[in-house]
Amino acid sequence: MTTLRRRTTLAAAFAAALAIALPVTGAAAAWPERPITLIIPWGAGGGTDGTGRILAKMMEDRLGQPINVVNRTGGGSTIGHGEIARAKPDGYTLGIITTELSMFHWRGQSTLSHKDYTLIGLFNADPSSIHVNAASPHKDLRSLAEAIKANPRSIKAGGANQGGVNHLSYVGLVQAVGAAGDQAFWIPSEGAAPALQLLASGAIDAAVVQMSETRSLAEAGKIRPLAVMGGRRDPNFPDVPTVKEAIGIDFTATGWRGLGGPKGLPADVTATLASVMEAVVSSAEFKEFMGKRLYGVEWKGPADFAAFLAERDESFGAAMKAAGLAK
Amino acid sequence: MDAVLQALQMVGTPTTIAVILLSSLFGLFVGAIPGLTATMATALLVPVTFFMDPVPAIAAIVACTAMAITAGDIPGCLLRIPGTPASAAYTDEAYAMTRKGQGELALGVSIMSSTIGGLFGFVVLAFTAPLLADVALQFSSFEYFWLAVLGLTSAAFISAGDRIKGVLSLLIGLFIATVGMDPLTGSARFTLGSEELAGGISFVPAMIGMFALSEIMRTAGTPFDAGGIAGRVTGNPFRGVGAALGTYKAGLVRGSLVGTVIGALPGAGGDIAAWISYAMSRRFSRTPERFGTGHVEGLVEAGASNNSALSAAWVPAMVFGIPGDAVTAIAIGVLYMKGMNPGPTLFTANPQNLYAVWTVFVIANLLMIPFGWLAVRAARGIFQVPRPHLMATILLFCIVGSFAINNTVFGVGIMLAMGVLAYALEANGFPIAPVILGIVMGPLIETNLLTSMMITQGDVLGLFSRPIAAVLGVATLAIWTIPLALMGMRALRNHPAVGRGRTGNRTRDA
Repeated sequence: MTTLRRRTTLAAAFAAALAIALPVTGAAAAWPERPITLIIPWGAGGGTDGTGRILAKMMEDRLGQPINVVNRTGGGSTIGHGEIARAKPDGYTLGIITTELSMFHWRGQSTLSHKDYTLIGLFNADPSSIHVNAASPHKDLRSLAEAIKANPRSIKAGGANQGGVNHLSYVGLVQAVGAAGDQAFWIPSEGAAPALQLLASGAIDAAVVQMSETRSLAEAGKIRPLAVMGGRRDPNFPDVPTVKEAIGIDFTATGWRGLGGPKGLPADVTATLASVMEAVVSSAEFKEFMGKRLYGVEWKGPADFAAFLAERDESFGAAMKAAGLAK
Repeated sequence: MDAVLQALQMVGTPTTIAVILLSSLFGLFVGAIPGLTATMATALLVPVTFFMDPVPAIAAIVACTAMAITAGDIPGCLLRIPGTPASAAYTDEAYAMTRKGQGELALGVSIMSSTIGGLFGFVVLAFTAPLLADVALQFSSFEYFWLAVLGLTSAAFISAGDRIKGVLSLLIGLFIATVGMDPLTGSARFTLGSEELAGGISFVPAMIGMFALSEIMRTAGTPFDAGGIAGRVTGNPFRGVGAALGTYKAGLVRGSLVGTVIGALPGAGGDIAAWISYAMSRRFSRTPERFGTGHVEGLVEAGASNNSALSAAWVPAMVFGIPGDAVTAIAIGVLYMKGMNPGPTLFTANPQNLYAVWTVFVIANLLMIPFGWLAVRAARGIFQVPRPHLMATILLFCIVGSFAINNTVFGVGIMLAMGVLAYALEANGFPIAPVILGIVMGPLIETNLLTSMMITQGDVLGLFSRPIAAVLGVATLAIWTIPLALMGMRALRNHPAVGRGRTGNRTRDA
């Protein structure tokens, strides 16, 4: 039956293409009267895909129309994000938007920003966290922070790509402890898994990744979590302090995922989507799914989501300027 | 012992059995359609598993992937469209067998050696997982760099004809791999300002174009023949398989071992394993000159290696939660979702769950035999289809497959361009397999070299600074220089005739 789903995806794509050619009739009152396409700007199998598909599954039950998930990958998610922004604002093409949207325009990678979308809701926010190898001399964040402050070039840190959320989190931390942000020594990699492999094999000194990605290695005693870069402790890891608790500096860095559509969605469509999405995100079923996969659940409706993204945009911009990554 | 019985009970329920059968069928179907990948099949299964109990949920993933990857050999063998990067290593050999009228033997051998390799990998997983995972965790970018270079070296062995042309093909593949954004810093290369090229040249459309489209073009160029593909086959697909496996049992064992060891390394372990095994098979063969002409020996070894690597990829995934590839990454998500968190505790707390998953491994691998047999029987119809109709259908599959991978027409463009390139290359005696190897290995070599150089701050000798890396590095350099030195010495001794012999001699020289 899943193959059937594939075919309907293709059919929906053709239908969507046809619909663009048809005249607008202002039929928003009956929305949704046909299947909705959900664009995911990242590949099948990743965190955005996994969480996005579950969100789609639960929302389609409540909306009464199928939601067809389409992965549009490439260009570090600029292609998929661009396609969501350029879609016809009729409520039949939506997309999952992610952290990278807060960075594109700073980096000069694309002119897209959160202002190009109708923001529907935030469903996930995961703080970064910092870890060392179990054999590291740094038993706590204070010790590591002193080493960074004394000589930022002496600590090789990694955790996904150059200019990604984890890199910027690290640059922010280096600045927060009183060293120069552009001196942060970052070893880029293609995701959290290779960075953790480098940390566990002793090739780098510290890793900045999402807490959910390190659980097994930490439990196996191969790496040591030092601190969470969130406002509060992670309920899944109650023993790991926040940065503020560990070194007394108020510092947070968070990646996010939300639902958005092209700018100019009809207000009633946005309102319906937001209320359906809120019901899904606050359901026990959704929380159970996210909790088991260790993703943080965070709900923000359209207005709060916009305020959150404006704040994220600014703080990522500041970190990117400090790291010399802004253009 | 109690736990084992409990595990058998958990797997023995009608629901679990039904789930295994259905997901196997689904995997078989998706895997056998060119262009649809095992990753895609698994990702589509996840929302369904969300509503299942832990054991059937994981059983669905395990059964689906094992079957999809094995089924990927079917279009590779019959139509020259490899299902996975790993099966690209021996696609040409299997297809050559089909053209000789031994298509069913090729498929039978693929299925049986896959099953044996898969079970071998499983046994290793069951008994030494924590130990093996500890070793795998010692591999950093330095070790991976050398391993990938070693993989590239096999290009010199897999090319059937002129070795220089093989190396040139490899360089073309490496060039194709550099198109797109730099994997580490994100700077654009050879993208001609195109947003889509910035994402790089997708592997699946490139592979479909190079193997399948070029074959269609070649067929179109030959005199019209309304019959089916050469060598219509009848009879039992498993006839002669036993004899082939018996003759090359050393290769079977070697392939399973190499596949298990390399597959346990997180990252592209499984892909490298099949190429290295195929090259080793030829290197140690008594009849290396028969490779590339439809010879079953390399198929036995690489097929076993391919699937043992697949089983072994679960080692780092289960012990440390580090995914080996996209498929295990999805599987780890499902493990977490079902409360079977990867980690050392997985092996001690609630071992019945783990044993149940292992039982599924065994069942899924054994199921390959009857399901594979059915698939081969069904595929036999292909031989009866008149060639022009068949070629038109393959072209359709090429287009659909290259579109589906990213849902873009751009993928179809890549497929067409690569097909034309491959046609031109083959018409001039350049082999295609090394191009594919270059595309697979290019990013691995580049990423790991750059990472290592950043860590050592540009010190090249740093590549030998870690013990395992030093051993791998010295071994690789030795493989490169010793044959050259020997060749030089021989040329000095009795010049000028030797060193320019035909293929067979050259392979032995290495």
